[in-house]
Amino acid sequence: MEHYNMNLTLKIWRQKNSKTAGTLETYNVKDISSEMSFLEMFDVLNEQLIVTGDDPIAFDHDCREGICGQCSMHIDGRAHGPWTNNTTCQLHMRAFKDGDTIVVEPWRSKAFPVIKDLVVDRGAFDRIMQAGGFVSVNTGNAVDANSIPIDKKDADNSFMAASCIGCGACVATCVNSSAMLFVSAKVSQLALLPQGAPERESRVLNMVAQMDKEGFGNCTNTYACEAECPKGISVSNIARMNREYLSAGLSTES
Amino acid sequence: MAFTGLFLITFLIVHAGVNACIFLNDGGETFKDIAHFMSHNWILRFLEIGLFATLILHMIQGLMLWSQNRKARPVAYHVTKANENSKWYSRSMGILGTLLLLFLIMHMAHFFVGTKIALYGGDKPHDLFEEMKTVFSVWYIVALYMVGLIALFWHLLHGFQSAFQTFGLNHKRYTPIIKAMGAGYTVIICLLFALMPLAFYFGWIR
Repeated sequence: MEHYNMNLTLKIWRQKNSKTAGTLETYNVKDISSEMSFLEMFDVLNEQLIVTGDDPIAFDHDCREGICGQCSMHIDGRAHGPWTNNTTCQLHMRAFKDGDTIVVEPWRSKAFPVIKDLVVDRGAFDRIMQAGGFVSVNTGNAVDANSIPIDKKDADNSFMAASCIGCGACVATCVNSSAMLFVSAKVSQLALLPQGAPERESRVLNMVAQMDKEGFGNCTNTYACEAECPKGISVSNIARMNREYLSAGLSTES
Repeated sequence: MAFTGLFLITFLIVHAGVNACIFLNDGGETFKDIAHFMSHNWILRFLEIGLFATLILHMIQGLMLWSQNRKARPVAYHVTKANENSKWYSRSMGILGTLLLLFLIMHMAHFFVGTKIALYGGDKPHDLFEEMKTVFSVWYIVALYMVGLIALFWHLLHGFQSAFQTFGLNHKRYTPIIKAMGAGYTVIICLLFALMPLAFYFGWIR
């Protein structure tokens, strides 16, 4: 791939804290390499801001190799930018041309309040996990691997659901700010395995109840979440969660 | 939404099927017979109440979704490219539904109110076939019906397959079949309905 440098105009959401209103501020960066990642371009911009004595832009990032789910940025109208199955840290500047104007906004949802600039509080996801996204096991020695037989298909589907990194792109991109793709992936990964069976019913009921409490919107099956998910989590998980929820609701006594 | 929607989808099959009898071109005889049967059968009168209850419930559910979903994103994005990740009509069910409600109000004023007055207070039986002739002789009414049907087309195209996803049916083999059936249903129902005003307006049916 041919290497080139570019000059860019950036319009970035600046917001002091969750109490104040934010605005889009315009910045210019020069000689950005097409081989840089989007976050490296942000590093360059922040270096500039520090030199001129300005407040650098706050943004979440951690692994920078596409697996931690921290780099939440809504870039030019798309969660994690123009590439599909991709996180912001794995978005490279070759996705843009010299002279482009790029608009960067935080995830926007009532359940994800902005902490500062592009950093949002995704604690709502943690609380949903605490409501049931786990299996209770006795402590002690590790059990032998492969002692519980599991159908290969179930193992694969469970693994695919488990590849959810909890980034929140599904919520950010959904026209309703619905968290159904995230919650359904977390429900599915355990519902498909024998280890998840004992708490299967209470899990789905509690996690959905917590999801509703956090103020996410409702799913209207636009499937935008699947299209924007960096891990390609399928909406068939949402259908599975609907089945789980329906049957749990009918069969539990409480 | 899915349950009420599927009930309304079933109703449309009956509605389109009965009305399609006008295409027999027998001066509306068959159609009148069925219309008479339908307005004098107590089971169907009972189902009619269920139909209105379902319709109202569908609207209430829609309004609740709309208000909850609006609250879930208090600050809007400055830039969104939603067309790159979802179909416009899947995101516009509320607007399409509102158009359908406006259409329904007009539609009921044309065909429902008169029928009921005749049924419970009139001295002579109501001729729905003649009424269709009169209503569909005006070009702008025919045009309004086309607009209503276009809204119905997009509403059904999303709604049909969406209902099955809500009920938890998403399968590698069956979902493409459901989507194809939904598209087929939508096209057939909307075409049948669209042909009715057009047929009267252009005099294909006498």
